[in-house]
Amino acid sequence: MNTNIQPQKLHSKNIGDFIFKNLTLFFAIFILIIIVLMVYEMYSSSAVSREKFGLSFLTQSVWDPVQEEYGALPFIYGTLVSSFLALLIALPLSIGIAIFLSEIAPRWLEKPLSFFIELLAGIPSIVYGLWGFFVMVPWLRENVQPFLIENFGNIPLFTGAPYGVGMLAAGIILSIMILPIISSISRDVLKTVPRAQKEAALALGSTRWQATKIALSYSRSGIIGAIILGLGRAFGETMAVTMVIGNRPTISASLLEPAYTMASVIANEFTEATSEMYLSALIEIALVLFVIALIINSFARLLVWSVTKHSDVQGKM
Amino acid sequence: MKNFYYYYRKYKSIFIYILCGMSALIAIIPLLLIFYHTISLGIAAINWDFFTQLPKPVGESGGGLANAIVGTLILVGLGCLLGLPVGIMTGIYLAEFGKNTFGNIVRFLVDVLNGLPSIVIGVVAYSLVVIPMKHFSAYAGGVALGLLMIPTITRTTEEILKTVPRSYREAALALGITQWKTTLFVVLRTALGGIVTGVMLSIARAAGETAPLLFTALNNRFWHTSLDQPIASLTVFIYNYGVSPFEDWIAQAWAGALVLIALILLLSLAMRFATRDKYSG
Amino acid sequence: MKKNLIFLAATFLFMQCSFAQLQLNGAGATFPYVLYSKWFDVYQKKTGIQFNYQSIGSGGGIKQVIEGTVDFGATDGPMNDTQLAEAKTKQGTDILHIPTVLGAVVVTYNLKENISDIKLSPEVLAKIFLGKITKWNDNAIVELNKDKVLPNKPIVVVHRSDGSGTTYIFVDYLCKVNEEWNTKVGKGTSVSWPVGLGGKGNEGVAGQIKQIDGAIGYVELAYAVKNKLNYASMKNKAGNFIKPSLESVTTAALNESKNMPSDFRVSITNADGKDSYPISGYTWLLVRKEFKDEKKGKALVEFLHWAVNDGENYAAELLYAPLPKKVSELCEKAIKTISYPGKK
Repeated sequence: MNTNIQPQKLHSKNIGDFIFKNLTLFFAIFILIIIVLMVYEMYSSSAVSREKFGLSFLTQSVWDPVQEEYGALPFIYGTLVSSFLALLIALPLSIGIAIFLSEIAPRWLEKPLSFFIELLAGIPSIVYGLWGFFVMVPWLRENVQPFLIENFGNIPLFTGAPYGVGMLAAGIILSIMILPIISSISRDVLKTVPRAQKEAALALGSTRWQATKIALSYSRSGIIGAIILGLGRAFGETMAVTMVIGNRPTISASLLEPAYTMASVIANEFTEATSEMYLSALIEIALVLFVIALIINSFARLLVWSVTKHSDVQGKM
Repeated sequence: MKNFYYYYRKYKSIFIYILCGMSALIAIIPLLLIFYHTISLGIAAINWDFFTQLPKPVGESGGGLANAIVGTLILVGLGCLLGLPVGIMTGIYLAEFGKNTFGNIVRFLVDVLNGLPSIVIGVVAYSLVVIPMKHFSAYAGGVALGLLMIPTITRTTEEILKTVPRSYREAALALGITQWKTTLFVVLRTALGGIVTGVMLSIARAAGETAPLLFTALNNRFWHTSLDQPIASLTVFIYNYGVSPFEDWIAQAWAGALVLIALILLLSLAMRFATRDKYSG
Repeated sequence: MKKNLIFLAATFLFMQCSFAQLQLNGAGATFPYVLYSKWFDVYQKKTGIQFNYQSIGSGGGIKQVIEGTVDFGATDGPMNDTQLAEAKTKQGTDILHIPTVLGAVVVTYNLKENISDIKLSPEVLAKIFLGKITKWNDNAIVELNKDKVLPNKPIVVVHRSDGSGTTYIFVDYLCKVNEEWNTKVGKGTSVSWPVGLGGKGNEGVAGQIKQIDGAIGYVELAYAVKNKLNYASMKNKAGNFIKPSLESVTTAALNESKNMPSDFRVSITNADGKDSYPISGYTWLLVRKEFKDEKKGKALVEFLHWAVNDGENYAAELLYAPLPKKVSELCEKAIKTISYPGKK
């Protein structure tokens, strides 16, 4: 932004510079082309399904390959609910971790702890799936779910049989997966809060928690950005969810019931979609996922833009 | 009364801080559990054969996943062939020439690509590569992984290039060195450590991907015969074996997971050491 | 670093030259996977030709054959006429169904109390999968199993989440015996299940059942036996309770072989005969009638001849029923009609 001399202008006649600049431009354009090609491919391949079902594709809940009736609502529902459930679990923990790392922990503890939490982000989703399927699901089935049914069985959220796999399992595994993203970005944002802010609060007789609260409100938009990115990851997660969610396209109030997500249905059924309509419907789901990614990123960008515009915060986004 | 409020505030503060510490502990528990189970369940099936033998047919014990380990390396290698040039060059473009609308569009698209579920990339790679080639192939898997690697490499390259002090460029330019040479031999060289970090990150991510390989690289019980044929990968094997009912296979799935985690852990540790002095922060 | 990576890639590109052998790719049914992996292993040791078979499900097998992305497919639910026509337009050749073996789809379950050999009737089975019977101690089940104490436990239905020929055989049977199923759900390689959890592949379903107390599902006989899962005796058309076994499946096939059409696409569920197990079916390899690639065409034809003759000997030990003699003779004839460049 503060560059006033554009170096290339001094050398604009140099042929090497010209080639180099255009070569890099070529690759940048290549990315543009890839994305356009992706959208075109998904848009044209989903034509059959879009024409037949129109917008009702998003609101119908029947998914029946025999009658060739396709509605994506159960998958959209499954994706949304599992992701928000994950957020519900991960958000308080992440904020707690962020505060702990940025405000409380001594440096010798902060470094390895941050490293451990980042390690969580590095574990492949198939390993989460394997662990979820063989360790967490049996634990849920034998210990947690019978307890929930016993004590809270009259709440619609906890009715049904203890399958183990289901919405709850998916939500928990997703929460572990998005926790590192939300906590590490929140920590970075909290650290950018000027010391003077906190010190001023402490000087006025605040407790450390009250000072932290001020820091939290100061970095609100950065934390919202972190949440959005975490949600984005949860929406698109495939393997781990497929292994623990039960793969059943229904909409049920109970968290113990099996469900299905958009990404999982593609993973399970894409290679076997025998009819054109079937395939087209699956690709339309991929298109919906693409649009969601687009919206999430636009939103995140808008947020950064509005923050940098109205204040001087150099948000670390 | 005032006194009471003082203590109330003080203990509330302490109480909340304890909660924060506990949430850090809670987050570490799944990590430790995952490591514990992967190691304890995986170690049993790890032996020399595991790294050197082909998988055995159902019902015969023994065998290994040598082809899958090599397959994962090849797929990641192919992904690099696509992801490295596109990612690094686009990163250079964005850092050096990208302060315009087109640059912003590309930046936005790279973010979208980054947020795109990997399964969608698989669908696209199937339509763009598998269908026209009429083959499931290592290439198709490589394309899918390459597309996944691009955003991380692009963004780190751009960020790192921006941290190179202006004075470096100005000094080089003042010596009469053309801009492309300045960028390549001065700026890029200075930023190399950071770019390697980005590349490693993207390799670690690509090596752990399963979803985009399911219908591009498929899988192969043998050594691949050529790159336009299906190829095995660790992750797809872990998935196939993990959901199977055969004890042997499940044990090998855990062993595969152990190898995969070890691989990724080594990469991230190496990365940490390689870059600890230059770019801490 | 970049140099190293390119070097690494180059090494592997080089390495693969040493593995250059004829390799054919196939994909499809999980139902015969156990047998096929044995066959391909034996055949590779014998001839050096590698058959890479991926069990992605029958629906997948059919689709990949239509798209031409594999050299051969495999399915337990035959392709319908629309699919055959589509394959013909896309691939320019007819697709042949070559039956390889017969298998039984068994109703398998997991009860911690270890109650073996439960008896089920078609009506009860349909009601369980329609979600109308939800407890193990439902009167309808108790009625059939008076000698056993059934627990008061919810029934957890497990079905396939992928397109599957095992599903096809199973729902084909339910359609034949239950009107409500026929109108409400219908048949296909994947259907809209009224209740239950989805598992991927025969392996996935068996895996889920093994994990869940109170689960019921359907898998290939071999998967149930290999995993020591309990499975039910089914009441057949003649009214007898028949335990799934190779004999009872072969009996069903023999009783129905009089109706074998020339393209082998036949259903033998709910077969006649007092000893026939009612939920069984053929499994087919899907191959092109005209090959463009000489080596692959030749290799596949030779393999098919081997499979329907010598290969059948491996079937019984892996709990698949070999083809009745009469059928394998018909297969021989059909295999001879496959053409490839340079054939005679």
